[in-house]
Amino acid sequence: MSAQAAAAPSTPATFDFGRPWRLHPQVALRDEAFGALAYHYGNRRLIFLRSRALVELVRSLEHHDSAEAAVAACVPEVGRPAQRAALARLAASEVIDAR
Amino acid sequence: MPASHSALRDQLSFGLDSPICLTWELTYGCNLACVHCLSSSGRRDPDELTTGEAIAVLDELAALQVFYVNIGGGEPMLRPDFFDIVSYAVEHRVGVKFSTNGTRIDARRAERLAAMDYLDVQISLDGSTEEINDAVRGAGSYAAARRAMDHLAAAGFGPFKISVVVTRHNVAQLDALESLAGHYSAQLRVTRLRPSGRGADSWAELHPTDHQQRYLYDWLHERPHVLTGDSFFHLSALGEPLEGLNLCGAGRVVCLIDPVGDVYACPFVIHDEFRAGNVREPGGFSAIWRSSALFSSLREPNSAGACASCGSFDACRGGCMAAKFFTGLPLDGPDPECVFGHGERTVAEPPGSRPRPAADHSSRAVPVRLVTRG
Repeated sequence: MSAQAAAAPSTPATFDFGRPWRLHPQVALRDEAFGALAYHYGNRRLIFLRSRALVELVRSLEHHDSAEAAVAACVPEVGRPAQRAALARLAASEVIDAR
Repeated sequence: MPASHSALRDQLSFGLDSPICLTWELTYGCNLACVHCLSSSGRRDPDELTTGEAIAVLDELAALQVFYVNIGGGEPMLRPDFFDIVSYAVEHRVGVKFSTNGTRIDARRAERLAAMDYLDVQISLDGSTEEINDAVRGAGSYAAARRAMDHLAAAGFGPFKISVVVTRHNVAQLDALESLAGHYSAQLRVTRLRPSGRGADSWAELHPTDHQQRYLYDWLHERPHVLTGDSFFHLSALGEPLEGLNLCGAGRVVCLIDPVGDVYACPFVIHDEFRAGNVREPGGFSAIWRSSALFSSLREPNSAGACASCGSFDACRGGCMAAKFFTGLPLDGPDPECVFGHGERTVAEPPGSRPRPAADHSSRAVPVRLVTRG
């Protein structure tokens, strides 16, 4: 199986927090005790979302006008840098895409 | 390995609510007789799941959100309802990756495959030359596999996979196999030879040497794009871990459904000791996955046994359960291909003292005779 952990050390530089985002329409999320598995039916990649908080943030994206608004609504201040970085990585893996 | 990656592996080792990927062998029937066939395929079993039963299995997998299923056999395309089963799967968002020897892929079937979404094809090929491939897979199998690749390419299938079981005789052809994949814009997938099925009898002559294992490790390290099905994690003891989870997923994140509906911990352990149940039983596959005694015990923390004092245990986790079982080694000790040689000294001799694979469906005709090379 080709798997990729969502917690890779680098953070892609280009992620537009001002735009509205959503779970990519070709991605299925399956809840698990550690968070969720995401599978992209297009590129066949399996990605691990490593916390419940991140899963809830991803699911909330479509209800907010921007990624930053979703972060502000869902994530306590202390956790925001980490979750912003996680969103940027999920965008790079096409788990989420801009609306 | 980063600490976070290791933590994820620990969590996965306790099992998931449903498998990440599941292997489903649709038939024991096969028109080839490869010397290393992990399921000893040849003749169809009269008790194989019917089309209706296969559809019921797919309904369960869809409900469990199994993202994709690895379909194999035998030769799955020999089933007359092959396209019915595969179409039903992809229509219900259970993606299909299927392994085939390619003999049944003609121009028309290649076009039919190319028209389907969520479908990946793996053509098995165990050498870049007819001589090396056919010694293991049988006369004419190289030409048939190449014809199938030509048909897929002509039909515009896209990037199919060329799937190679690494042996002592084809390690030296890895570069050529990579070139062949490049020629078709295909993806190369290489997996580990196990002493399972008819492989129990050919493994000793076919498995890579220590020197070749080191070469393979370096070769894979330089090529993270080459797919391995995570099957070479025993090599991670040589240094930096290879791509993937580096975990034996048996009963934890993977399992096998065989053609008669028996559920085993992984595709390489078709033996009563690793049979968790049958999908025809009440509760079906879901009940087996969630509560069979076998799978529950596999999800318990396992002891490192004889490997406890080895500094590399965290990298290789003692290797492959199936490889140990069928070479007569204790499951809580080193892999027979342990890169430090801790396993080979204790491989059970004579071979007659090892467990025998169950469910031999080999054709009565003698399988391909392994050509021993000087």
